[in-house]
This record gives sequence, structure tokens and C-alpha cells, in this order.
Amino acid sequence: MTEQVDILEARPSAWQRLRDSHLWHSFVTDRVAQLSLLVFVAFALMALLAPLLAPFNPYDPAQIDILNSELPPSWEEGGDPAFWLGTDAQGRDLWSTILYGTRISLTIGLCAVALQAALGIVIGLLAGYFGGRIDSLLMRFADVQLSFSTMMVAIVVLAVFQATFGTELYQRLAMLMLILVIGIAEWPQYARTIRASVLAEKRKEYVDAARVIGLRPARIMFRHILPNTLSPILVISTVQVANAIISEASLSFLGLGMPVSQPSLGSLISSGFEYIFSGAWWITVIPGGVLIALVLVMNLLGDWLRDVLNPKLYKG
Amino acid sequence: MALLEVNNLEVRFGLRSGEVSALRDINFTLERGERLGIVGESGAGKSVLGFSILNLLSRPGYIAGGEILFEGRNLAAMSARELRSIRGNRISMIFQDPMMTLNPVLTIGQQMVECLRAHRKISQQDAKRIALQKLKQVYIPSPEKRFDQYPHELSGGMRQRIVIAIGLLMDPDIIIADEPTTALDVTIQAEIMDLMLELCERNNVALILITHDLGVVSQVTKQAMVMYAGRIIEQGPTREIINDAQHPYTQGLMNALPQMAIPGQRLNQIRGSMPPLQKIPAGCAFNPRCEYVMEVCRSQLPEFTSSGGCRVACHLVAKMKLEEAAAQRVEEAN
Repeated sequence: MTEQVDILEARPSAWQRLRDSHLWHSFVTDRVAQLSLLVFVAFALMALLAPLLAPFNPYDPAQIDILNSELPPSWEEGGDPAFWLGTDAQGRDLWSTILYGTRISLTIGLCAVALQAALGIVIGLLAGYFGGRIDSLLMRFADVQLSFSTMMVAIVVLAVFQATFGTELYQRLAMLMLILVIGIAEWPQYARTIRASVLAEKRKEYVDAARVIGLRPARIMFRHILPNTLSPILVISTVQVANAIISEASLSFLGLGMPVSQPSLGSLISSGFEYIFSGAWWITVIPGGVLIALVLVMNLLGDWLRDVLNPKLYKG
Repeated sequence: MALLEVNNLEVRFGLRSGEVSALRDINFTLERGERLGIVGESGAGKSVLGFSILNLLSRPGYIAGGEILFEGRNLAAMSARELRSIRGNRISMIFQDPMMTLNPVLTIGQQMVECLRAHRKISQQDAKRIALQKLKQVYIPSPEKRFDQYPHELSGGMRQRIVIAIGLLMDPDIIIADEPTTALDVTIQAEIMDLMLELCERNNVALILITHDLGVVSQVTKQAMVMYAGRIIEQGPTREIINDAQHPYTQGLMNALPQMAIPGQRLNQIRGSMPPLQKIPAGCAFNPRCEYVMEVCRSQLPEFTSSGGCRVACHLVAKMKLEEAAAQRVEEAN
């Protein structure tokens, strides 16, 4: 017995286990994934450190001078070296506004997806685990929800809110409203995916074993089945964050999103759009580029994760 | 009062093609510390019986009649909450495949502590202490290390030991073992069986062993039941059933053992296969495969006949017993 103990090596640390994992191996050999993660982390840092990085505070009216409006980027003719990426129509430094806008876009994206996931996971687990009538009922709800496009629901809800409670209140609550609307409109994506995984997991013997032990259904669902369905959740989450950011940008572009005083990437693009024919292309094009890059790297990361976590592609 | 008493249990499955009976007329008792073997081919209803004892059948299966008395309380009519307090606590179950019964994403320790804390109000440390002690009982080397490992890091035999340790966690009165060694290596099988036997004896736990391995049944159990197409066809002391099988089906099972074949010859087998539940023939369910089939077997369900310490459901045995009794009477008259 003692010999056996000696042969067993010490348990590897969490870091060591990560280094040995398939995930790490795949990441190390995949240039696209590395680049995407690098860009994403850069965006995340930019958003997080916006108050430190930005030379101006775009929310502070005292720092804005209307005389500086529509200055081109500093490398263009007529540019001012103080404003690296130029200024928008109200004289705000574009670089600072983009930093703060990325922050808003990411916050809305992440929070909306967290809401979607919370709703979708609970509903999907309930539907899949209990089956029968509960399943039919919840999934019909999902079908109804899916038959309205997210955009349509969002536009109707936000427009009605704006009309009923006035623009002022709306501008104060814009971020919360966007999170709620985008979060609630897209839960069926999660619910359906999770329900499908739960149906597969439910038949496995460990679930019977958990029932034999005498555990409550809630415990079996959340502690035993949910962790086994984590990889599809992870994959759709990356894609959904990107989708939520696009939704927010689209709504802002339509004037139903973040107010001009607190611009997200979408409202920035929208505000610049009016000036694009007067030659001030940078107000639209630069935030647009940032938005495209952000969504692109998230989708690429999602694709990579899907390939890595797909048990059909990887047997190990 | 018997520890477990099953009376006239009937289990049905409501399928789209109609209702079918998966178990009928199941009667048996189990005393504290007793070991009972349930034998039969695949599809005889052995596992369904194991599940229904814990009232764990999931749709479309349900208990249609009869009672399952555990210490006099009917498990078939209990609320979900009461059942949870018995499952894993007083009666536990060990499944066939240890690869499948352990949750792949939780460590051994998490799964054990969870079971303990579901039934008793104890601290994490106490739960860990009990879990480690149980791991030692099933001879897991360096249990502290295993405690933090995931199921995939362990071998099949080790995993089944852990499943047994989880089954023993709450010091249950009954363990239902559903083919506990089928998924294991032959060499490991013997080890695991010995371990289960030892633990049951030491802790005075009653064991219901569901298996198709007659060898294991004869080594481990005192009482045995042979099932065919959802019914018990022969039950009694294991020794009598093994040494002097009465029912033609049990005889066929015994003859099918590799030890019974003449070297160099084909193994004996029972012709045909078990009928599906929807197509159980009238009369004795075994009649299409029986070598000794009589006219009455095709139309009438056989009653149980006592033969030694056993009960056998077979027209032939009944007839032979009648003839024997008649002969005896003639002899006595002379």
C-alpha cells in the first residue's frame, strides 16, 4: 500500500492543469485565437481604464468647447494635436468619447447577456428536467418570444417608454432599459440550447444516482446537470455578447439607445452620420471601425471556443 | 416485521402503443442483514424492480398496484419529501457502470459530502471526515488524495469502490446493487464482490443483488429469485435453486453456464429469446421456449407450487408433485 502512495505524484496545481489541458494546447497553436484574445483584452482594458486613459472627460460640459467641433484627426490637414482622432460635432475629443463609448457598449453587452443567461438557464433547466407539460408551456413561450425579432420588441418597448415617461427620464434610465430589453428579448437562445443539453444529460446514470442519494430536484438541476452543460453556454455567451453590442448600437443608431450626452459606440456612429457628407467622415468611421473590430474578435473567439469544446470534433 | 416486504407489486409502462405490465405479482420479503439475489435474462424486469423499490421509476413507468413496505411504511404511497429522506439514507443503490454513475464535473469529495449533507445537518469538516473513513473502508489507497480527484482520474475498479463507499455513506439498512460488477474486469469483479460481501456482513446491511451471473448469486446470497418476463418464476434458498432447479427456465440457465458444457462442444443455450413486454404469450410466459411444454401451459397461468423450500410457478412441477403425492398415497395404502 505504501509503495502505491509513493508512486502517485503530487497533485498538479491549477496552473499546471491549465497548461496540460486541451484548451491551452489549442490556444497556443491557434494564431487567430491569440490575436482575437489580445485585441479583446485590449478593448476590455481600454473600457476599464477609460477615465485614466482619456485626455478629456466627454461627460463634463466644462471641458467641451463648441469651437473645437468637427476637427479632423491630428494627421489630417487642419487637425489639432490635442485631439488625436479629431472631435465630433459638439467639440468632444473623439478618442476620449470612443473610450467611454466602448465602456458603455461592453457594459450593456455583458449585463444584457448575464440577464439572458440567468433567465434562459433557469427556464431551460426547468423545461428539460421536468419535461411534459412544463416543458411544452415554457418552450411555447420561447417560440412566441422568438417569433418577434429582438429589434422589433426593443423598438416598440423603448419608443413606448420614451413617449410615456418623457425623454428626460428615458435618458437617465437608458442604460438600464437597454440591458433589460436586450436581455429579455433574447433568453430563448439560451433556454433552447440548455434544454437540449439537459435532455441529453438527464438520461445519464449520474442523474439517477443523484436521485437515489435523495437529493432535491433543484440541487440535481443546478449542481449536477448545469455544470455538465457549461460548454454550450460558454460558446453562445461569446456570440450573444457580440450580438447584444450590435443590438445596442443599432438601437442607438435609430435614436432609441444611449442619449447623445452619454454616447455609446452606436450613438456616436449615429451622431456622426449627419455630418458624413460635410466631409467629417471620422466621427462615423472611427467608432464604426472600433465596433466592427470588437464584434469580430468576439465572434472569432466564440468560433474557436466552439471548435475546442465540441466533443464531436475533439475526442480526448 | 420484515425489514422490506413487497406485496403483489405491479409496475406498468404507459407506452404510445398501449399499457404494458413490466412487473406482476412480485412478492418477497427481506430481513435485516439478509442477502437476496435476483436473477434473470436481460429484459426480465430485474432493474425495473430495483428502481421501483425506491419508487424511482420515471415516466412512462409507474407503480400500478401492490405495496412496498419498508419497516411497515409503504414506499409506493409516500410523498416525494419522505422518499428523499429514505433514498440514500436508509436504502441506497449501486449501479452497473461506475463510469456513468459518478458526475464527471464534481470531485469525489464533493459528491460524497453532498450526499452526507443532504441527509444530516453536519459541518463540511465532519462530512469530510466521515467520507474519508468510508473511503478507507472500501480500501481506497491514500483517500485524502482521491477526495479531491475527479472521476476520470480513477480506474474502473476504483470508481466502483467509490460508488460503494457513497452507497455506504449513511449506513443504510438496504443496498440494492444493480449488476455492480458487469462493467468491470473479471479480476476486479471478484475483488468488488468480496468487498461488498465483507461490508454487508460487517455492517449488517441487507443486500439485494440484481445480476445475471449465477455464480455470483450462489457465492453471495442466501435467498434467490428467478424472474422471467416480469414475473417471479422460482424463489427460495439459493442453494436449493442452484443445486436442484425445478423450473425448466432455471434449469436452462444453469445448463447455459460455461462450466456445464462439455469441452470442445458448443455451449448449451435456451432456444429463442425473451418475448417483448407487448407480446407476452398467454399461459406460462416461458411456454414457447420450454422443452417440456404441455397443452395447459399455453392457456393457463401456472400457480406457485412448493417444492422443498422453494416456490415454483410451473405446471410441470405441479403435475409432478401431484403424481408424487398420489404415488405416496398408493404406497401408504399398501
